[in-house]
Amino acid sequence: MTALRSFAATTARVLVLLAIAIAMLAVLLSATGHEVVPALSAMVRGAFGSYYAITSATIVRMVPLALAGLAVAVAFRAGILNIGAEGQLLVGAAAATAISGTLGGVPWFIGIPVMLVAGAMAGAAWAAIAGALRLRFGVLEVISTIMLNFVAQYFTGWLVRGPMQEPTGVNPQSATLALELQMPVLLEGTRLHAGVLVVVIVAIGVWWWLRSTASGFRLRAVGATPTAAASAGGIDVPRTMFGAFLVSGLLAGLAGSVEYTGITYALYENFSPGYGYTAIAVALLARLHPLGVLATALLFGALEAGANAMQRDAGVPSVVVSVVEALLILLVLAADRWRPSRTDEAGT
Amino acid sequence: MTTAPTGAMLLSLDGITHAFGRVRALDNVALQVRAGSVHALLGENGAGKTTLMRVVFGLLRAQQGVMQWRGSPVTVRSPSDALALGIGMVHQHFTLVPTMTVAENIALGGHGRFDPQRAADRVRQVAGHAGLVLDPHARVQDLPVGAQQRCEIVKALARDVRLLILDEPTAVLAPAESAELRRWIRAYADTGHAVVLITHKLRDALAVADDITVLHRGRAVLTTPARDTDQTRVADAMLGGTSVRTSVRTTSTLIGSDALNVVADVVNNRAGAANGPPVLALNAVTVRDANGVERVRSATLQVYGGEIVGIGAVEGAGQHDLLQVLAGRLSPTSGTRVIPEHVGFVPEDRHRDALLLDAPLFENTALQGAGARRGVIDWNSFRARTSALLQRFDVRASSAEVHARTLSGGNQQKLVLGRELDAACEALVVDSPSRGLDFVATDAVHQALRAARDAGIAVVVYSNDLDEVVLLADRVFAMHDGTLIESVRSRDVLGRAMLSGDAAIASGADA
Amino acid sequence: MMSDVTVGVSALTVGAGLLEATVRTATPLAYAALGESVSERAGVINLGLEGSIIAGALSATIAAGAIGVGGGFAAGAAAGLLVAALFALFAVGLRADQIITGTAITLFALGLTGTVYRTVYGAGGVALTTPTAATHAVPVLSSLPVIGRAFFAQPLATYALYLIAPLLAWWMQRTHAGLTLRAVGEQPKAAIAAGISPKRTQLLAVLFAGAMAGLAGATLVLAQAGTFVEGMSAGRGFIAIAIVVLGRWRPLGVAAAALLFGAATSLQTLFQSMGWTAIPYQLFLAVPYLLTLVVLAVTGSRGRRRVV
Repeated sequence: MTALRSFAATTARVLVLLAIAIAMLAVLLSATGHEVVPALSAMVRGAFGSYYAITSATIVRMVPLALAGLAVAVAFRAGILNIGAEGQLLVGAAAATAISGTLGGVPWFIGIPVMLVAGAMAGAAWAAIAGALRLRFGVLEVISTIMLNFVAQYFTGWLVRGPMQEPTGVNPQSATLALELQMPVLLEGTRLHAGVLVVVIVAIGVWWWLRSTASGFRLRAVGATPTAAASAGGIDVPRTMFGAFLVSGLLAGLAGSVEYTGITYALYENFSPGYGYTAIAVALLARLHPLGVLATALLFGALEAGANAMQRDAGVPSVVVSVVEALLILLVLAADRWRPSRTDEAGT
Repeated sequence: MTTAPTGAMLLSLDGITHAFGRVRALDNVALQVRAGSVHALLGENGAGKTTLMRVVFGLLRAQQGVMQWRGSPVTVRSPSDALALGIGMVHQHFTLVPTMTVAENIALGGHGRFDPQRAADRVRQVAGHAGLVLDPHARVQDLPVGAQQRCEIVKALARDVRLLILDEPTAVLAPAESAELRRWIRAYADTGHAVVLITHKLRDALAVADDITVLHRGRAVLTTPARDTDQTRVADAMLGGTSVRTSVRTTSTLIGSDALNVVADVVNNRAGAANGPPVLALNAVTVRDANGVERVRSATLQVYGGEIVGIGAVEGAGQHDLLQVLAGRLSPTSGTRVIPEHVGFVPEDRHRDALLLDAPLFENTALQGAGARRGVIDWNSFRARTSALLQRFDVRASSAEVHARTLSGGNQQKLVLGRELDAACEALVVDSPSRGLDFVATDAVHQALRAARDAGIAVVVYSNDLDEVVLLADRVFAMHDGTLIESVRSRDVLGRAMLSGDAAIASGADA
Repeated sequence: MMSDVTVGVSALTVGAGLLEATVRTATPLAYAALGESVSERAGVINLGLEGSIIAGALSATIAAGAIGVGGGFAAGAAAGLLVAALFALFAVGLRADQIITGTAITLFALGLTGTVYRTVYGAGGVALTTPTAATHAVPVLSSLPVIGRAFFAQPLATYALYLIAPLLAWWMQRTHAGLTLRAVGEQPKAAIAAGISPKRTQLLAVLFAGAMAGLAGATLVLAQAGTFVEGMSAGRGFIAIAIVVLGRWRPLGVAAAALLFGAATSLQTLFQSMGWTAIPYQLFLAVPYLLTLVVLAVTGSRGRRRVV
């Protein structure tokens, strides 16, 4: 009952913030000389206007955002400011690409899971570096994950121009993933791939883990009040935090491998258009709730799909969506400031 | 610069009154400080000593009262006003920038160019003049605590102060450093300056002070030249002595404190009922903090099932470290310790160390033992356990689903206590059981502690309220400067023992 | 014999060219990083720096076209400062989380500049050129071998740094305002006890950092690229944060670290243009970040725990 009420309250709150952000967008549009109503209606059409828009634009964009958003949510829940989802995602995609080369002749139902798991593990390993630096050397993860994002980006750049470049050696990208290893398309004639099922299952899994398991509870306790977790709970705080680094990296790495097997089928330099950073907004707007992340990722997917349509149909630059996303984060921060008691944050 | 003749009145306070909410922290307090003198301001924790000096230093505006400085009425609105007059204060918790040098710290707050050489010269001059040894170029974080304190003092002196307020200056110092500081205070005052020394250490006060004022519950209960008094009289005054004894804070509001001792004897006539091996045992346990200062000195203690051991101490005597050692939350530096695998612990700061404020109550219940738990948590069983706990310990909460933050302090405390007792523990360590609670809640917590004792649990309680210790405990110990002294169960004896550290007093030779 | 000399001369030319490119690339980085070092000294880590840079770049482009190069720099600084003011409103004024606020501000500025740029200059992204800052060769010094042209045949914006970096170092160590800044970042309680308002100090530090980042953006356009490209800040705001860490929060160290990052970029460009593949050029780009991590691990970030 309380869970339901808290869900309703959170939803209402997100909708209010969204309305404010859209209103601000309208002001910006008219200030830059665009016609507001056609632009916004193009946006809505682009996101929800057709079967194809929903399945092939909105939901397809939601998938990596949701997985990276879960990564951020898990880390933040443990009190870890992991802003390295971007790098972990890239490394995950790279690992999936690397292992795909060894999967010739392997049936899809084995090959795809192998790639997904490889990506997840690589992401976890990448996050483990930041975790070890934090827990062994006291290096703040905010700084180290920024560095590791850059390193991952250059690493990817090297891979697609060097060892992983496609056989003709012309384009800076990897060879296209064999057709039989590509994530199955769920609905004929759309781009909607099975990755969306992975996302939903993983989100429910993370939600259940945080809510119902002893280790998930430890993670939440450490994030909420580390001193009480240690003193009253006898919890090994550093160990729990390291675990959170791993899980967070795992989810971000999975985002990379799902995107690779489901949409891009190849690794290239600008593989991620900043999913790891947008994921921070996704997670915050969802109040770090795993199931909420599904909803806010869908919202952000819709925003990005709508923004593309707005550019196509109304001549409004699609980058304007970043302004909306930023406004949403700032509005959340301001709203938290004015109503500090975080009543709907528990994982129940 | 004219120097006031020795003995001239520097600071004079009259009728200072200040209340925090409904609590009168200062009640019509008067205080006179002469140039060339050391004035010790004594009192238990919460007696109002620091509050009074915060008024003088401009950190707090008194609601009533007059402050005179060198004969004229003054209004001090901020520390800069106070400094401009010539009043400096060294706080108990240092306000130094650890990564900066001594000279930089002392120059902080100035304007324009900063010349390290001139700043260093200034430090040398001020320190040298005051007879303090301090390297101006040393980085504060590399200095021992005593030198950091000298840095704080020089920081105040560099503002040309005439009156220096020192808030519990010896609390962080090793004994040798304390003695050195006392010598310095005396010498500094002898050069015509005045010092107000806030302390709860009787010996410090009597050793160095010319005048003594004792505050008790916000009122000045004793003002006397130091040479006209002795340890016993001052201790009596600090404990709310015979002439001014006010009602106690605990449940027995109407019972006079002499009667209280008797009541305590009757109620708690169970010492010796304990049989079998001790549940908690310390043998020559010593704890050193990060600075190497001994917080607990060679403590030996046995606590048996079915008894409450009470500890009386002034703040900074090492009691919190001792309790953490007993509760298994802190490892002794040396000595041996035998305790059960799990000891229930109610910490001093429940918001920091016991509760997840933004989590529902049933999760707070589940926090106990979370470190060792495996697999899936059966939340419904924790919900049921929590509901039962709410009933059993009379925690006023609408359900087990509400967040801990929404509970009052008393209900939070009962929840913590109930949770720890619920975990089938053999021993319970309680730091400040009634901190922040009202009468009714305090009474409920006491009942729960007695019930735990009656159920055969070994209970250790520390409170800064002596009445509470004596009322609850079957056996009492005084803790003085890290040393544990067994005392007779009398409020006055225990109080004197914890103030003086005198084992003879504690054994009742004095009573 | 003859060929040896040729090789020697060309190596020298390449070296000098490399150094010149290093200084040129390092200039905007140094502006942003020097500003950020002041902000971090006050205990504020500003991930919105990237936003200030891109806003500075766009404003400089527009203003330089309208009123000339000098106006371009001024407009760049002003825009960077405005973006930083928005950051400060949340991170200092409301005490909102610095990291999250910074991320949002960067996102905001990238989106806004993209929108404004396309609106002003057309959706196609017309290749536009702006007036650029001329290079001024310093007599005598610029004819020094190897380092001459690298350090002394640069735009005025670079020379300004030769003043700003030591001036900042002097200011931090030798003025009371500098002490105040450091005290606020290290131990706000000590600052308060000395009658200092931490919020005010932090606000001023953040605004300074914003203006410097705006100048970085202006330099990028007016002294390097000669044009505006969407997203041309290309992570320089984050690079600046790495530079600050590597430079140990000291202006001269920061300037040196900026040169190191500049050298890495120049080296990779060189390797690419020469078609050398023995060492992947991306390694040069990654090395400064790895080095920053190593430095952090070795020295620990404990001394600066207050940041964040």
